[in-house]
Amino acid sequence: MQQADEQFAIRVRDLVVGFRRHVVIDHLALDVRRGEILGLVGASGGGKSVLMRTIIGLIARQGGEIEVMGSPINHDRTTRSAAGRWGILFQQGALFSSLTVRQNIQFPLRENLELSDALMDEIATAKLEMVGLKAEDGDKFPSELSGGMTKRVALARALALDPAIVFLDEPTSGLDPIAAGDFDALIKTLQKTLGLTVFMVTHDLASLNTVCDRVAALADGKIVAIGPMRELLQSEHPWVRAYFHGKRSQMLQPRAS
Amino acid sequence: MATAPLLTATSSGGTLELRPAGSWTAANATTLERLSNDVTLQFDGAAAVKVDMAGVRELDTLGAWLLEKMARRANSAGHRADIVGVADNYVGLIDEVRQVNRRTPAPAPARNPVVAKLSDIGRSTIGAREDVTAFLQMLGALCIAILGVLRRPRSLRLTSLTYQLYRVGWQAIPIVVLITFLIGAIIAQQGIFHFRKFGADSYVVDMVGILVLRELGVLIVAIMVAGRSGSAYTAELGSMKMREEIDALSTMGLDPIEVLMLPRILALVCALPILSFIGSLAALYGGCLVAWFYGGMGPAIFLARLHEAVSVTHFEVGIIKAPFMALVIGIVACSEGLRVKGSAESLGKQTTTSVVKSIFLVIVLDGLFAVFFASIGM
Repeated sequence: MQQADEQFAIRVRDLVVGFRRHVVIDHLALDVRRGEILGLVGASGGGKSVLMRTIIGLIARQGGEIEVMGSPINHDRTTRSAAGRWGILFQQGALFSSLTVRQNIQFPLRENLELSDALMDEIATAKLEMVGLKAEDGDKFPSELSGGMTKRVALARALALDPAIVFLDEPTSGLDPIAAGDFDALIKTLQKTLGLTVFMVTHDLASLNTVCDRVAALADGKIVAIGPMRELLQSEHPWVRAYFHGKRSQMLQPRAS
Repeated sequence: MATAPLLTATSSGGTLELRPAGSWTAANATTLERLSNDVTLQFDGAAAVKVDMAGVRELDTLGAWLLEKMARRANSAGHRADIVGVADNYVGLIDEVRQVNRRTPAPAPARNPVVAKLSDIGRSTIGAREDVTAFLQMLGALCIAILGVLRRPRSLRLTSLTYQLYRVGWQAIPIVVLITFLIGAIIAQQGIFHFRKFGADSYVVDMVGILVLRELGVLIVAIMVAGRSGSAYTAELGSMKMREEIDALSTMGLDPIEVLMLPRILALVCALPILSFIGSLAALYGGCLVAWFYGGMGPAIFLARLHEAVSVTHFEVGIIKAPFMALVIGIVACSEGLRVKGSAESLGKQTTTSVVKSIFLVIVLDGLFAVFFASIGM
């Protein structure tokens, strides 16, 4: 049992989430291994974000169990103690608009740790440089940042407390292919250096192909296929086939064959 | 699992050997900072510093940075610093941290406070000029739209106008009546309380009548409308601007001024005189009730005195101002709405600006009218 806990960063069992009569997540099971990058794909409005938000305790579930790094997650205050163990990159960045970039990154540090201001500044600059920004960018306000920079700052803030897991909600959406490629590379690098577990909701076929160790496909409220990209390409599930063998996915085919 | 961090320093043959141990992670940040600061003080006596990482159980960016910082301090003090015994899974992190914080950014050039203040004043002057231009532009565009409608009366958006009238007129009545009723009652109460000392209670009717009909009725209602409907206009048009709906309208060959602003402003211009009239009645009613129950002056006497005290002129002076105030509120609200940029913050900011500006302009306008009416003897 101890062995199993060590192996998995997130364990979801028999999860049911719904809004009124409408069931979004239907008896779903999912394991995320420690140190892997898991990509989650699914139809728009199919519950990907709902699943992610349920795992981090923002949405109440109707049944099932969720464990993150071996401790159970509930939709209540106890979840707050878990906040130090994960970092979340929201789709729009969710940077606090009244704080500078540096203050945004320092916010989790300031709230959770007792540090001197000098050290706090150094840590913030270190995080900024780790996500590929310059120390000067620390004095900017979120409204002055480009889309790619916003995502990088949000990632730096998500990593402020050196969490074991980061959740990324469509990290490359709204970025041009070059910026998206750079961001993918950054995620991969940080995952290696910091030993992170990454849970990534995405529609970007290129990210799935390049950075994800495993891909999980969510359809009809269940995980219908999970495994490395090449296994998913062979999947017989109709939705997964449609997703990976549609017109837009042709670029994946030569590699798969 | 997490263990308390340790840092032992042993000095041998001029080499200071540091042995960090335990969990060098953010969870122990306070202890770690103290430990590393303490040990830095011992650097002076040593020729070389060696950091043996073998004992470190857990390491994160914070711990790695503190170790790196110690090494850098030793280096800058002229000692040689080595980090040895790094576990394989932390090599990447140590290497990464070695790259950061290398370059101190040039501090922002300090501005001369006098120059900064002057530049602020200059900027706000230019800003004020831009405000006036924007106001005049909107007024001009509105006039053109009105001319267009006069030429082709069928192009007036009657549905939209009716709907806006319903919103800013009909739906505003309850709150306007309530507020003006209270204001009338308060004025009457204060008047009775203070006039009684001179035995001049009955002049309260004159005061309430003239004050409400000439000034307060329309002013209070205009301020209410600026806060209630002006802000709504700015927010609506601003969010349409944000979502490029206004650009979409223009590309379809329609004039946003004619489609969106004209019905809104016309509705305000129609609604405000009506609301002022209703508001003034409510205020007089409130004053009458207070005079009756608090001052002991029956409604019949109140009405008779009111008949003597006020003339149609007073009412005219008040109600003439209403459409002009409505025009100012409408123009400010619409032009602020069009100034909204892409972000939600700017929508909020512009809405606030719209309300503040229109209330300010309404009061200024009221002052100008007071001067005007005084000089023509009304």
